[in-house]
Amino acid sequence: MSIFEYNGSAVVAMVGKNCFAIASDRRLGVQLQTIGTDFQRVFKIHDKLYIGLSGLATDAQTLYQRLVFRHKLYQLREERDMKPETFASLVSALLYEKRFGPYFCQPVIAGLGENDEPFICTMDCIGAKELAKDFVVSGTASESLYGACESMYKPDMGPEELFETISQALRASVDRDCLSGWGGYVLVVTPTEVRESVIKGRMD
Amino acid sequence: MGDSQYSFSLTTFSPSGKLVQIEHALTAVGSGQTSLGIKAANGVVIATEKKLPSILVDETSVQKIQSLTPNIGVVYSGMGPDFRVLVRKSRKQAQQYYRLYKETIPVTQLVRETAAVMQEFTQSGGVRPFGVSLLIAGYDDNGPQLYQVDPSGSYFSWKASAMGKNVSNAKTFLEKRYTEDMELDDAIHTAILTLKEGYEGQISANNIEIGIIRADREFKVLSPAEIKDFLEEVE
Repeated sequence: MSIFEYNGSAVVAMVGKNCFAIASDRRLGVQLQTIGTDFQRVFKIHDKLYIGLSGLATDAQTLYQRLVFRHKLYQLREERDMKPETFASLVSALLYEKRFGPYFCQPVIAGLGENDEPFICTMDCIGAKELAKDFVVSGTASESLYGACESMYKPDMGPEELFETISQALRASVDRDCLSGWGGYVLVVTPTEVRESVIKGRMD
Repeated sequence: MGDSQYSFSLTTFSPSGKLVQIEHALTAVGSGQTSLGIKAANGVVIATEKKLPSILVDETSVQKIQSLTPNIGVVYSGMGPDFRVLVRKSRKQAQQYYRLYKETIPVTQLVRETAAVMQEFTQSGGVRPFGVSLLIAGYDDNGPQLYQVDPSGSYFSWKASAMGKNVSNAKTFLEKRYTEDMELDDAIHTAILTLKEGYEGQISANNIEIGIIRADREFKVLSPAEIKDFLEEVE
C-alpha cells in the first residue's frame, strides 16, 4: 500500500457564481482499520481562503501548522490578508523545498481573490500547481471524484446548487473507495457568508 | 569629548547612549553630494547632483540612480561603493520575494528588508555601517511612496526630503514649495529648482540625474535630452 493511501482521504473544491465550495470526507484510518470518523481535512487560512489537505494525516496537520505560521507573519508584516494566488505560490514553494523528502500531501486551495473572484487550484506533493476553472480533486477517491465532478458540474451555479452538486459528487465517489467516507464536511463560501455542513453518507 | 574613547568599536555604546560609528557614518552622508526626492499626487521624483571629479570622466558611465525592481528606484548620498552593495542586496531580496509569492514586492516590505540589512551591519563583528543614506521611490497598490533609510537602519516615509551637503537649505526650500496635490511634472520642476539652489557652478543636463515613476508603475531614469527639456521649462 502506498504512503498516500495509508490514512485514506477525499478532498474536492468547485467554483460557482461568485462563490466556491470545498469538501472532504471524515474518515481517518490506519490502512484498513477505521480509527476516526470526524477527522478535519479542510482548514481555514483566513475568511476568504481555505485549504484542504489529502494524503498522510500527520503531514497534512504539520503542513497546515506551517502555513498558518507563515500566513500570520505575513499578515503582521504586510497588514493585509494573502491573496489566494499568492498563497498557492507559497504552498508550492514550501512543498518544493522538501523535494527529496516530501510532505506526502496533495493540497487543494480554494479562495475568493480580488473583487471576490473564486479561485481554486491543486498541486502534487512536490508543488506542481494546477489551476482550474471548474473543479479540483485529490485523495484516494480522486479517480471517482474526477468522474463524478465531470458529469455533475456545470458553470455558474449559485451557492445552494453548488452545495447540492459537491455533496452528491463527494458521496458518490467515496462510496466507491473503501479508504474514504464515513460522512462528509462541506463548506460553501460567498463574499458575505460561510456555510458549514456535515453530510451523512454510508458509514462504512 | 568622552565619546571619542568609545569610537573604536562599533558595537559599543558610548556613555551618552550613542553608537559613535553611526554618527560618523551620518557625517559621511552629510558630506556627500546632495540628493532629494518629492512625492507627488501621481508619482515620485528623485534627483541628485552628479559632480564628477574631472571633465575627463565619461559621465554616461556614472549611474547614481538605480532601479531595484521595475517599479522601485533608489538614489543615495554618501559613499558610492557602499551604495552599489546595497542595491545588489536589495535587488536579490526583491527577487526572492517574487520567487516565493509570485507577486512583486510592496515598497514598504523592500524598504524594511533593506533597512534590516543596514541594521545588521551595526550589530555584527568585524564590519562597519554603510556610509550612505538612501531615498527609495516606488509606486505600488498603496500609491506613490518615498522612503529614506539611514546608516543606522531607521527608515522614514517622506512627502519630500533631501540629504547630503546642502540638506538644510534644500529642506527649507522644499517646505516652502511642497503642496499635497502637486502633479509629477510640477514636482520635477521643484526638484530641479531645489538642486539649483545649492549647486556650485552651472547646472546642466549632464551634471544632474533624475529618476521618476508615474502611475504606469515603471521607474525610469531620465536621459540627458529629457532633463534638458525640463531645465528649459524651468528657465
